[in-house]
Amino acid sequence: MSIRIEKLTHIYMPNTPMEALALEDVSLEIEDGEFVGLIGQTGSGKSTLIQHFNGLLKPTSGKVIVDGLDLADKDTSLKEVRRRVGLVFQYPEHQLFEETVFADIAFGPRNMGLGGEELEERVREAMEMVGLDYATLKDRSPFELSGGQMRRVAMAGVLAMKPKTLVLDEPTAGLDPRGRDDILQQIKELHQRFGMTVVLVSHSMEDVARLVDRLLVMHRGKLVLAGTTREVFAQADYLRQLGLGIPQVTELARRLREHYDSMRVDILTIEEAHQAISAFLGQKRGKVHA
Amino acid sequence: MLKDITIGQYVPGDSIIHRLDPRTKILAAIIFIFALFIVTDLAGYIVMTLFSVVIILLSQIPARFVLRGLKPLYYILAFTILLNFFLTPGRVIWSWWFLRLTQEGIRQGLFMGWRLLLLVLTTSLLTLTSSPIALTDGIERLLNPFRRIGVPAHELAMMMTIALRFIPTLLEETDKIMKAQMARGADFDTGNIIQRARGMVPLLVPLFISAFRRADELAMAMEARCYRGGEGRTRLKQLEMARRDYLALALMAAILAFAVGERLWL
Repeated sequence: MSIRIEKLTHIYMPNTPMEALALEDVSLEIEDGEFVGLIGQTGSGKSTLIQHFNGLLKPTSGKVIVDGLDLADKDTSLKEVRRRVGLVFQYPEHQLFEETVFADIAFGPRNMGLGGEELEERVREAMEMVGLDYATLKDRSPFELSGGQMRRVAMAGVLAMKPKTLVLDEPTAGLDPRGRDDILQQIKELHQRFGMTVVLVSHSMEDVARLVDRLLVMHRGKLVLAGTTREVFAQADYLRQLGLGIPQVTELARRLREHYDSMRVDILTIEEAHQAISAFLGQKRGKVHA
Repeated sequence: MLKDITIGQYVPGDSIIHRLDPRTKILAAIIFIFALFIVTDLAGYIVMTLFSVVIILLSQIPARFVLRGLKPLYYILAFTILLNFFLTPGRVIWSWWFLRLTQEGIRQGLFMGWRLLLLVLTTSLLTLTSSPIALTDGIERLLNPFRRIGVPAHELAMMMTIALRFIPTLLEETDKIMKAQMARGADFDTGNIIQRARGMVPLLVPLFISAFRRADELAMAMEARCYRGGEGRTRLKQLEMARRDYLALALMAAILAFAVGERLWL
Protein backbone atom coordinates (compact mmCIF):
# COMPACT_ATOMS: atom_id res chain seq x y z
CA MET A 1 0.00 0.00 0.00
CA SER A 2 1.16 3.52 -0.60
CA ILE A 3 -1.14 5.99 1.12
CA ARG A 4 -3.73 5.01 3.67
CA ILE A 5 -6.05 7.44 5.37
CA GLU A 6 -8.23 6.45 8.28
CA LYS A 7 -11.12 8.48 9.63
CA LEU A 8 -9.41 11.76 8.82
CA THR A 9 -11.07 14.92 10.09
CA HIS A 10 -9.57 18.36 9.66
CA ILE A 11 -10.86 21.54 11.24
CA TYR A 12 -9.35 24.89 10.30
CA MET A 13 -8.84 27.33 13.17
CA PRO A 14 -10.50 25.20 15.83
CA ASN A 15 -11.97 26.97 18.87
CA THR A 16 -12.31 30.35 17.18
CA PRO A 17 -15.37 32.00 15.63
CA MET A 18 -13.78 31.27 12.24
CA GLU A 19 -13.70 27.52 12.87
CA ALA A 20 -14.38 25.55 9.70
CA LEU A 21 -14.81 21.84 9.18
CA ALA A 22 -12.83 21.03 6.04
CA LEU A 23 -12.71 17.25 6.14
CA GLU A 24 -14.98 14.87 7.97
CA ASP A 25 -14.29 11.22 8.58
CA VAL A 26 -12.48 10.50 5.33
CA SER A 27 -11.03 7.04 4.86
CA LEU A 28 -9.32 5.90 1.70
CA GLU A 29 -6.42 3.95 0.34
CA ILE A 30 -4.24 4.57 -2.66
CA GLU A 31 -2.25 1.56 -3.85
CA ASP A 32 1.16 1.64 -5.44
CA GLY A 33 1.04 2.21 -9.17
CA GLU A 34 -2.52 3.45 -9.25
CA PHE A 35 -3.74 6.43 -11.24
CA VAL A 36 -6.41 8.03 -9.10
CA GLY A 37 -8.57 11.05 -9.84
CA LEU A 38 -9.95 13.31 -7.14
CA ILE A 39 -12.94 15.41 -8.08
CA GLY A 40 -15.30 17.69 -6.22
CA GLN A 41 -16.58 21.22 -6.24
CA THR A 42 -14.48 24.15 -5.11
CA GLY A 43 -14.33 24.06 -1.33
CA SER A 44 -15.16 20.38 -1.10
CA GLY A 45 -11.91 19.66 0.71
CA LYS A 46 -9.77 18.27 -2.12
CA SER A 47 -6.81 20.55 -1.51
CA THR A 48 -7.02 20.06 2.25
CA LEU A 49 -7.06 16.32 1.72
CA ILE A 50 -4.00 16.16 -0.52
CA GLN A 51 -2.01 18.34 1.87
CA HIS A 52 -2.35 15.55 4.38
CA PHE A 53 -0.70 13.11 1.99
CA ASN A 54 2.75 14.53 2.72
CA GLY A 55 2.23 15.97 6.16
CA LEU A 56 1.84 19.64 5.25
CA LEU A 57 -1.34 19.61 7.30
CA LYS A 58 -1.84 17.65 10.47
CA PRO A 59 -5.11 15.82 11.01
CA THR A 60 -7.39 17.16 13.71
CA SER A 61 -8.23 13.51 14.23
CA GLY A 62 -7.58 10.36 12.27
CA LYS A 63 -4.52 8.79 10.76
CA VAL A 64 -2.38 9.21 7.68
CA ILE A 65 -0.05 6.36 6.85
CA VAL A 66 2.40 6.60 3.95
CA ASP A 67 4.31 3.43 3.08
CA GLY A 68 3.63 2.11 6.53
CA LEU A 69 4.91 5.30 8.20
CA ASP A 70 2.40 6.93 10.48
CA LEU A 71 2.76 10.69 9.90
CA ALA A 72 1.74 11.45 13.47
CA ASP A 73 4.62 9.35 14.75
CA LYS A 74 7.47 11.45 16.13
CA ASP A 75 10.07 9.17 14.54
CA THR A 76 8.64 9.67 11.07
CA SER A 77 10.79 12.07 9.07
CA LEU A 78 8.44 14.42 7.29
CA LYS A 79 11.25 15.28 4.89
CA GLU A 80 11.41 11.66 3.87
CA VAL A 81 7.65 11.50 3.43
CA ARG A 82 7.74 14.64 1.31
CA ARG A 83 10.43 13.12 -0.85
CA ARG A 84 8.27 10.05 -1.42
CA VAL A 85 5.05 11.93 -2.03
CA GLY A 86 5.68 14.77 -4.46
CA LEU A 87 3.02 17.46 -4.34
CA VAL A 88 2.51 19.85 -7.23
CA PHE A 89 0.28 22.72 -6.14
CA GLN A 90 -2.14 24.68 -8.25
CA TYR A 91 -0.33 27.27 -10.38
CA PRO A 92 3.03 25.81 -9.34
CA GLU A 93 4.85 28.37 -11.50
CA HIS A 94 4.04 30.94 -8.79
CA GLN A 95 6.59 29.32 -6.54
CA LEU A 96 9.59 29.69 -8.87
CA PHE A 97 12.29 31.84 -7.34
CA GLU A 98 15.73 30.99 -8.61
CA GLU A 99 17.79 32.80 -11.23
CA THR A 100 18.07 29.85 -13.53
CA VAL A 101 15.85 26.95 -14.45
CA PHE A 102 18.58 24.58 -13.30
CA ALA A 103 18.88 26.13 -9.86
CA ASP A 104 15.14 26.12 -9.34
CA ILE A 105 14.72 22.47 -10.24
CA ALA A 106 17.79 21.61 -8.14
CA PHE A 107 16.22 23.20 -5.04
CA GLY A 108 14.44 20.02 -3.95
CA PRO A 109 17.29 17.55 -4.48
CA ARG A 110 19.71 20.04 -2.87
CA ASN A 111 17.53 20.12 0.22
CA MET A 112 17.89 16.35 0.26
CA GLY A 113 21.64 16.82 0.40
CA LEU A 114 22.48 15.96 -3.19
CA GLY A 115 25.20 17.74 -5.14
CA GLY A 116 27.64 17.44 -7.97
CA GLU A 117 27.02 15.08 -10.84
CA GLU A 118 24.14 13.31 -9.19
CA LEU A 119 22.31 16.60 -8.85
CA GLU A 120 22.93 17.45 -12.47
CA GLU A 121 21.67 14.03 -13.48
CA ARG A 122 18.51 14.48 -11.44
CA VAL A 123 17.76 17.85 -12.98
CA ARG A 124 18.41 16.56 -16.49
CA GLU A 125 16.13 13.58 -15.94
CA ALA A 126 13.38 15.68 -14.43
CA MET A 127 13.48 18.12 -17.33
CA GLU A 128 13.31 15.29 -19.81
CA MET A 129 10.34 13.80 -17.96
CA VAL A 130 8.33 16.96 -18.56
CA GLY A 131 9.63 17.49 -22.09
CA LEU A 132 11.97 20.42 -21.51
CA ASP A 133 15.28 20.58 -23.35
CA TYR A 134 18.08 20.51 -20.79
CA ALA A 135 20.82 22.11 -22.88
CA THR A 136 18.89 25.12 -24.15
CA LEU A 137 16.83 25.89 -21.07
CA LYS A 138 18.94 25.11 -18.02
CA ASP A 139 20.65 28.50 -17.86
CA ARG A 140 17.64 30.61 -18.76
CA SER A 141 15.74 32.56 -16.15
CA PRO A 142 12.50 30.76 -15.34
CA PHE A 143 10.69 34.11 -15.45
CA GLU A 144 11.29 34.65 -19.15
CA LEU A 145 9.66 31.37 -20.16
CA SER A 146 6.10 30.93 -21.38
CA GLY A 147 3.35 30.02 -18.92
CA GLY A 148 3.29 26.37 -20.00
CA GLN A 149 7.07 26.09 -19.79
CA MET A 150 7.12 27.70 -16.35
CA ARG A 151 4.64 25.14 -15.15
CA ARG A 152 6.81 22.32 -16.48
CA VAL A 153 9.82 23.75 -14.70
CA ALA A 154 7.83 23.80 -11.47
CA MET A 155 6.70 20.22 -12.03
CA ALA A 156 10.26 19.18 -12.78
CA GLY A 157 11.23 20.74 -9.46
CA VAL A 158 9.07 18.17 -7.73
CA LEU A 159 9.99 15.27 -10.03
CA ALA A 160 13.69 15.89 -9.40
CA MET A 161 13.17 14.51 -5.91
CA LYS A 162 12.16 11.20 -7.53
CA PRO A 163 8.88 10.78 -5.68
CA LYS A 164 7.14 7.43 -5.78
CA THR A 165 3.78 9.14 -5.68
CA LEU A 166 2.94 12.32 -7.51
CA VAL A 167 -0.03 14.40 -6.41
CA LEU A 168 -1.12 17.15 -8.78
CA ASP A 169 -3.64 19.84 -7.87
CA GLU A 170 -5.33 21.05 -11.05
CA PRO A 171 -2.18 20.85 -13.15
CA THR A 172 -3.93 22.24 -16.22
CA ALA A 173 -5.65 25.28 -14.67
CA GLY A 174 -5.18 28.39 -16.75
CA LEU A 175 -3.42 26.70 -19.66
CA ASP A 176 -4.52 26.88 -23.29
CA PRO A 177 -5.94 23.66 -24.80
CA ARG A 178 -2.62 22.76 -26.39
CA GLY A 179 -0.67 23.26 -23.17
CA ARG A 180 -3.31 21.30 -21.31
CA ASP A 181 -3.10 18.30 -23.63
CA ASP A 182 0.70 18.33 -23.46
CA ILE A 183 0.79 18.38 -19.67
CA LEU A 184 -1.81 15.63 -19.40
CA GLN A 185 0.08 13.51 -21.91
CA GLN A 186 3.22 13.92 -19.84
CA ILE A 187 1.43 12.95 -16.66
CA LYS A 188 0.11 9.86 -18.37
CA GLU A 189 3.65 8.96 -19.39
CA LEU A 190 4.93 9.45 -15.86
CA HIS A 191 2.40 6.87 -14.80
CA GLN A 192 2.95 4.42 -17.63
CA ARG A 193 6.69 4.71 -18.28
CA PHE A 194 7.98 5.41 -14.82
CA GLY A 195 5.37 3.51 -12.88
CA MET A 196 4.54 6.43 -10.64
CA THR A 197 1.48 6.43 -8.46
CA VAL A 198 -0.45 9.51 -9.56
CA VAL A 199 -3.24 11.38 -7.82
CA LEU A 200 -4.85 13.94 -10.10
CA VAL A 201 -7.11 16.63 -8.67
CA SER A 202 -9.22 18.04 -11.44
CA HIS A 203 -12.34 19.95 -12.33
CA SER A 204 -12.46 18.49 -15.79
CA MET A 205 -14.52 15.34 -16.08
CA GLU A 206 -13.13 14.84 -19.58
CA ASP A 207 -9.57 14.80 -18.29
CA VAL A 208 -10.17 12.33 -15.50
CA ALA A 209 -12.32 10.12 -17.73
CA ARG A 210 -9.50 9.88 -20.24
CA LEU A 211 -6.69 9.31 -17.78
CA VAL A 212 -7.45 7.76 -14.43
CA ASP A 213 -8.38 4.24 -13.35
CA ARG A 214 -10.18 5.09 -10.17
CA LEU A 215 -12.10 8.12 -8.98
CA LEU A 216 -12.66 9.65 -5.56
CA VAL A 217 -15.49 12.15 -5.25
CA MET A 218 -15.51 14.73 -2.46
CA HIS A 219 -18.49 16.74 -1.34
CA ARG A 220 -18.55 19.17 1.59
CA GLY A 221 -15.54 17.59 3.27
CA LYS A 222 -16.72 14.04 2.87
CA LEU A 223 -15.69 11.28 0.54
CA VAL A 224 -19.04 10.47 -1.04
CA LEU A 225 -18.13 8.18 -3.93
CA ALA A 226 -15.21 5.98 -4.81
CA GLY A 227 -14.82 3.43 -7.54
CA THR A 228 -13.57 2.85 -11.03
CA THR A 229 -14.12 5.71 -13.40
CA ARG A 230 -16.88 3.80 -15.16
CA GLU A 231 -18.66 3.01 -11.90
CA VAL A 232 -18.55 6.60 -10.76
CA PHE A 233 -19.69 8.14 -14.01
CA ALA A 234 -22.54 5.62 -14.16
CA GLN A 235 -24.06 7.62 -11.29
CA ALA A 236 -24.71 10.67 -13.42
CA ASP A 237 -27.77 11.82 -11.49
CA TYR A 238 -26.00 11.73 -8.17
CA LEU A 239 -22.99 13.57 -9.56
CA ARG A 240 -25.26 16.24 -10.97
CA GLN A 241 -26.86 16.59 -7.55
CA LEU A 242 -23.41 17.29 -6.14
CA GLY A 243 -22.93 20.06 -8.67
CA LEU A 244 -20.57 17.96 -10.73
CA GLY A 245 -21.13 16.58 -14.18
CA ILE A 246 -20.14 13.70 -16.34
CA PRO A 247 -17.95 13.80 -19.45
CA GLN A 248 -19.71 15.18 -22.50
CA VAL A 249 -19.38 11.94 -24.44
CA THR A 250 -20.92 10.01 -21.58
CA GLU A 251 -23.75 12.51 -21.57
CA LEU A 252 -24.14 12.08 -25.33
CA ALA A 253 -24.33 8.31 -24.95
CA ARG A 254 -26.95 8.67 -22.23
CA ARG A 255 -29.07 10.94 -24.42
CA LEU A 256 -28.81 8.50 -27.31
CA ARG A 257 -29.88 5.73 -24.97
CA GLU A 258 -33.10 7.59 -24.26
CA HIS A 259 -34.05 7.00 -27.89
CA TYR A 260 -32.29 3.77 -28.69
CA ASP A 261 -32.33 0.97 -26.15
CA SER A 262 -29.33 -0.85 -27.51
CA MET A 263 -26.92 2.09 -27.15
CA ARG A 264 -24.10 1.58 -24.62
CA VAL A 265 -23.90 4.21 -21.88
CA ASP A 266 -20.68 3.35 -20.08
CA ILE A 267 -18.63 5.46 -22.45
CA LEU A 268 -15.76 7.60 -21.26
CA THR A 269 -13.73 8.74 -24.23
CA ILE A 270 -14.34 9.94 -27.75
CA GLU A 271 -12.69 6.79 -29.11
CA GLU A 272 -15.10 4.59 -27.16
CA ALA A 273 -18.01 6.69 -28.31
CA HIS A 274 -16.86 6.34 -31.88
CA GLN A 275 -16.71 2.55 -31.58
CA ALA A 276 -20.00 2.28 -29.79
CA ILE A 277 -21.87 4.49 -32.21
CA SER A 278 -20.41 2.75 -35.27
CA ALA A 279 -21.27 -0.62 -33.78
CA PHE A 280 -24.75 0.61 -33.05
CA LEU A 281 -25.20 2.04 -36.55
CA GLY A 282 -23.84 -1.20 -38.02
CA GLN A 283 -26.43 -3.14 -36.05
CA LYS A 284 -29.25 -0.96 -37.26
CA ARG A 285 -28.10 -1.12 -40.86
CA GLY A 286 -27.94 -4.90 -40.49
CA LYS A 287 -31.50 -4.93 -39.29
CA VAL A 288 -32.71 -2.74 -42.14
CA HIS A 289 -31.09 -5.02 -44.71
CA ALA A 290 -32.47 -8.09 -43.02
CA MET B 1 -0.05 27.45 10.73
CA LEU B 2 -0.37 30.90 9.19
CA LYS B 3 -4.08 30.43 8.85
CA ASP B 4 -4.35 30.64 12.61
CA ILE B 5 -3.32 34.27 12.69
CA THR B 6 -6.36 36.51 12.95
CA ILE B 7 -5.94 39.86 11.33
CA GLY B 8 -7.34 42.98 12.82
CA GLN B 9 -8.76 40.67 15.49
CA TYR B 10 -12.35 41.58 14.53
CA VAL B 11 -14.83 39.25 16.21
CA PRO B 12 -18.13 39.37 14.35
CA GLY B 13 -21.19 39.88 16.51
CA ASP B 14 -24.40 41.79 16.91
CA SER B 15 -24.05 43.46 20.28
CA ILE B 16 -24.95 47.07 20.93
CA ILE B 17 -21.25 47.92 20.76
CA HIS B 18 -20.93 46.19 17.39
CA ARG B 19 -23.83 48.17 16.04
CA LEU B 20 -22.47 51.56 17.04
CA ASP B 21 -21.26 53.73 14.19
CA PRO B 22 -17.49 53.34 13.76
CA ARG B 23 -17.14 57.13 14.08
CA THR B 24 -18.79 56.97 17.47
CA LYS B 25 -16.47 54.21 18.55
CA ILE B 26 -13.35 56.01 17.37
CA LEU B 27 -14.36 59.24 19.10
CA ALA B 28 -15.39 57.36 22.20
CA ALA B 29 -12.01 55.63 22.34
CA ILE B 30 -10.22 58.98 22.04
CA ILE B 31 -12.37 60.55 24.74
CA PHE B 32 -11.83 57.55 26.98
CA ILE B 33 -8.06 57.87 26.61
CA PHE B 34 -8.24 61.54 27.59
CA ALA B 35 -10.43 60.83 30.57
CA LEU B 36 -8.19 58.00 31.66
CA PHE B 37 -5.17 60.29 31.75
CA ILE B 38 -7.00 63.02 33.59
CA VAL B 39 -8.20 61.00 36.58
CA THR B 40 -5.67 60.63 39.36
CA ASP B 41 -7.25 59.13 42.42
CA LEU B 42 -8.79 55.86 43.46
CA ALA B 43 -12.41 56.95 42.98
CA GLY B 44 -11.64 58.06 39.43
CA TYR B 45 -9.95 54.75 38.64
CA ILE B 46 -12.87 52.81 40.02
CA VAL B 47 -15.32 54.68 37.81
CA MET B 48 -13.14 54.13 34.76
CA THR B 49 -12.78 50.44 35.59
CA LEU B 50 -16.53 50.03 36.03
CA PHE B 51 -17.08 51.74 32.71
CA SER B 52 -14.58 49.40 30.99
CA VAL B 53 -16.09 46.30 32.52
CA VAL B 54 -19.60 47.34 31.54
CA ILE B 55 -18.79 47.99 27.90
CA ILE B 56 -16.70 44.83 27.64
CA LEU B 57 -19.68 42.89 28.96
CA LEU B 58 -22.01 44.73 26.60
CA SER B 59 -19.83 43.82 23.63
CA GLN B 60 -20.40 40.11 24.35
CA ILE B 61 -16.86 39.34 23.25
CA PRO B 62 -15.45 36.25 24.99
CA ALA B 63 -13.04 37.30 27.72
CA ARG B 64 -10.12 35.35 26.25
CA PHE B 65 -10.26 37.46 23.07
CA VAL B 66 -10.20 40.67 25.05
CA LEU B 67 -7.37 39.40 27.21
CA ARG B 68 -5.39 38.17 24.22
CA GLY B 69 -4.80 41.80 23.31
CA LEU B 70 -2.74 42.13 26.48
CA LYS B 71 -0.22 39.49 25.54
CA PRO B 72 2.29 41.72 23.75
CA LEU B 73 1.93 44.17 26.62
CA TYR B 74 3.13 42.06 29.51
CA TYR B 75 6.71 43.32 29.28
CA ILE B 76 5.80 46.96 28.86
CA LEU B 77 3.41 46.63 31.78
CA ALA B 78 6.01 45.03 34.03
CA PHE B 79 8.63 47.54 32.93
CA THR B 80 6.40 50.54 33.59
CA ILE B 81 5.38 49.31 36.99
CA LEU B 82 8.92 48.49 38.09
CA LEU B 83 10.38 51.76 36.77
CA ASN B 84 7.78 53.70 38.69
CA PHE B 85 8.33 51.61 41.80
CA PHE B 86 12.00 52.37 41.99
CA LEU B 87 12.50 55.71 40.31
CA THR B 88 9.82 57.85 41.92
CA PRO B 89 11.31 60.09 44.60
CA GLY B 90 9.63 59.98 48.00
CA ARG B 91 9.65 58.11 51.28
CA VAL B 92 11.93 55.12 51.03
CA ILE B 93 10.53 51.87 52.41
CA TRP B 94 13.12 49.40 51.23
CA SER B 95 16.47 49.79 49.54
CA TRP B 96 19.16 47.55 48.19
CA TRP B 97 22.31 48.72 46.43
CA PHE B 98 21.09 51.48 44.11
CA LEU B 99 17.42 50.46 44.18
CA ARG B 100 15.09 52.50 46.34
CA LEU B 101 11.50 51.47 46.68
CA THR B 102 9.34 54.41 47.70
CA GLN B 103 5.78 54.63 48.91
CA GLU B 104 4.93 57.17 46.23
CA GLY B 105 6.58 54.86 43.72
CA ILE B 106 4.29 51.97 44.60
CA ARG B 107 1.25 54.16 44.30
CA GLN B 108 2.42 55.67 41.04
CA GLY B 109 3.46 52.31 39.61
CA LEU B 110 0.21 50.55 40.41
CA PHE B 111 -1.88 53.39 39.05
CA MET B 112 0.22 53.54 35.88
CA GLY B 113 -0.12 49.81 35.36
CA TRP B 114 -3.84 49.97 35.99
CA ARG B 115 -4.15 52.85 33.56
CA LEU B 116 -2.28 51.00 30.81
CA LEU B 117 -4.36 47.90 31.41
CA LEU B 118 -7.63 49.79 31.06
CA LEU B 119 -6.31 51.70 28.07
CA VAL B 120 -5.46 48.59 26.11
CA LEU B 121 -8.49 46.55 27.16
CA THR B 122 -10.96 49.24 26.27
CA THR B 123 -9.40 50.54 23.08
CA SER B 124 -8.85 47.01 21.78
CA LEU B 125 -12.63 46.75 21.94
CA LEU B 126 -12.68 49.22 19.07
CA THR B 127 -10.92 46.80 16.73
CA LEU B 128 -12.63 43.78 18.25
CA THR B 129 -16.10 45.07 17.46
CA SER B 130 -15.59 46.96 14.18
CA SER B 131 -14.60 45.36 10.92
CA PRO B 132 -11.45 46.90 9.41
CA ILE B 133 -13.49 48.27 6.53
CA ALA B 134 -15.95 49.99 8.87
CA LEU B 135 -13.01 51.48 10.73
CA THR B 136 -11.40 52.95 7.63
CA ASP B 137 -14.77 54.31 6.57
CA GLY B 138 -15.11 55.93 9.96
CA ILE B 139 -11.61 57.39 9.78
CA GLU B 140 -12.25 58.78 6.32
CA ARG B 141 -15.41 60.50 7.44
CA LEU B 142 -13.79 61.86 10.56
CA LEU B 143 -10.85 63.21 8.59
CA ASN B 144 -13.04 64.74 5.91
CA PRO B 145 -13.32 68.17 7.56
CA PHE B 146 -9.52 68.40 7.51
CA ARG B 147 -9.34 68.00 3.76
CA ARG B 148 -9.34 71.76 3.41
CA ILE B 149 -6.02 71.96 5.18
CA GLY B 150 -4.52 69.33 2.89
CA VAL B 151 -5.22 66.04 4.66
CA PRO B 152 -5.81 63.48 1.87
CA ALA B 153 -8.63 61.78 3.76
CA HIS B 154 -9.98 59.67 0.95
CA GLU B 155 -6.59 58.59 -0.32
CA LEU B 156 -5.46 57.60 3.17
CA ALA B 157 -8.61 55.60 3.73
CA MET B 158 -8.35 53.93 0.32
CA MET B 159 -4.75 52.96 1.01
CA MET B 160 -5.73 51.52 4.37
CA THR B 161 -8.65 49.65 2.89
CA ILE B 162 -6.50 48.12 0.17
CA ALA B 163 -3.74 47.24 2.59
CA LEU B 164 -6.20 45.59 4.95
CA ARG B 165 -7.94 43.85 2.09
CA PHE B 166 -4.68 42.28 0.98
CA ILE B 167 -3.40 41.09 4.34
CA PRO B 168 -5.42 37.86 4.27
CA THR B 169 -4.67 37.38 0.58
CA LEU B 170 -0.95 37.75 1.09
CA LEU B 171 -1.03 35.54 4.17
CA GLU B 172 -2.79 32.87 2.19
CA GLU B 173 -0.26 33.27 -0.58
CA THR B 174 2.59 33.03 1.94
CA ASP B 175 1.06 29.91 3.38
CA LYS B 176 0.74 28.37 -0.06
CA ILE B 177 4.28 29.21 -1.15
CA MET B 178 5.69 28.00 2.16
CA LYS B 179 3.91 24.71 1.75
CA ALA B 180 4.99 24.38 -1.86
CA GLN B 181 8.63 24.90 -0.88
CA MET B 182 8.27 22.62 2.12
CA ALA B 183 6.97 19.97 -0.26
CA ARG B 184 10.37 20.37 -1.94
CA GLY B 185 12.18 19.85 1.33
CA ALA B 186 12.61 23.49 2.35
CA ASP B 187 13.02 24.04 6.06
CA PHE B 188 11.87 27.32 7.57
CA ASP B 189 12.13 26.45 11.24
CA THR B 190 15.62 25.21 11.99
CA GLY B 191 19.17 26.48 11.65
CA ASN B 192 20.93 29.62 12.83
CA ILE B 193 19.87 33.15 11.93
CA ILE B 194 21.88 33.31 8.72
CA GLN B 195 20.61 29.94 7.52
CA ARG B 196 17.07 30.96 8.30
CA ALA B 197 17.42 34.29 6.55
CA ARG B 198 18.76 32.52 3.49
CA GLY B 199 15.93 30.03 3.81
CA MET B 200 13.47 32.90 3.37
CA VAL B 201 14.58 33.62 -0.20
CA PRO B 202 12.46 30.85 -1.73
CA LEU B 203 9.51 32.35 0.11
CA LEU B 204 10.12 36.08 -0.39
CA VAL B 205 10.94 36.11 -4.08
CA PRO B 206 7.69 34.46 -5.19
CA LEU B 207 5.77 36.50 -2.62
CA PHE B 208 7.07 39.81 -3.96
CA ILE B 209 6.46 38.78 -7.53
CA SER B 210 2.89 37.87 -6.70
CA ALA B 211 2.34 41.07 -4.68
CA PHE B 212 3.45 43.18 -7.63
CA ARG B 213 1.33 41.17 -10.01
CA ARG B 214 -1.69 41.63 -7.77
CA ALA B 215 -1.05 45.35 -7.40
CA ASP B 216 -0.88 45.65 -11.15
CA GLU B 217 -4.09 43.74 -11.64
CA LEU B 218 -5.86 45.76 -8.98
CA ALA B 219 -4.76 49.07 -10.51
CA MET B 220 -6.01 47.87 -13.88
CA ALA B 221 -9.33 46.75 -12.44
CA MET B 222 -9.80 50.04 -10.62
CA GLU B 223 -9.06 52.04 -13.75
CA ALA B 224 -11.37 49.85 -15.78
CA ARG B 225 -14.09 50.92 -13.36
CA CYS B 226 -13.17 54.58 -13.78
CA TYR B 227 -11.68 55.12 -10.36
CA ARG B 228 -10.34 58.65 -10.17
CA GLY B 229 -9.99 59.44 -6.51
CA GLY B 230 -12.45 60.58 -3.91
CA GLU B 231 -14.20 63.41 -5.73
CA GLY B 232 -17.89 62.74 -6.26
CA ARG B 233 -17.70 59.14 -5.04
CA THR B 234 -20.79 57.70 -3.45
CA ARG B 235 -20.88 54.64 -1.26
CA LEU B 236 -22.94 51.54 -0.96
CA LYS B 237 -23.08 51.64 2.80
CA GLN B 238 -23.72 55.13 4.11
CA LEU B 239 -22.63 55.62 7.66
CA GLU B 240 -25.49 56.96 9.67
CA MET B 241 -25.53 58.13 13.25
CA ALA B 242 -28.44 56.61 15.13
CA ARG B 243 -29.88 57.53 18.49
CA ARG B 244 -27.67 55.03 20.25
CA ASP B 245 -24.64 56.83 18.83
CA TYR B 246 -25.71 60.17 20.29
CA LEU B 247 -26.45 58.46 23.57
CA ALA B 248 -23.04 56.83 23.59
CA LEU B 249 -21.32 60.13 22.83
CA ALA B 250 -23.32 61.84 25.56
CA LEU B 251 -22.19 59.16 27.97
CA MET B 252 -18.59 59.72 26.92
CA ALA B 253 -18.99 63.46 27.41
CA ALA B 254 -20.29 62.77 30.89
CA ILE B 255 -17.29 60.56 31.66
CA LEU B 256 -14.92 63.23 30.43
CA ALA B 257 -16.73 65.87 32.46
CA PHE B 258 -16.51 63.63 35.52
CA ALA B 259 -12.77 63.18 35.03
CA VAL B 260 -12.12 66.88 34.55
CA GLY B 261 -14.39 67.82 37.42
CA GLU B 262 -12.75 65.35 39.72
CA ARG B 263 -9.30 66.63 38.84
CA LEU B 264 -10.26 70.27 39.35
CA TRP B 265 -12.40 70.15 42.44
CA LEU B 266 -11.51 67.12 44.43
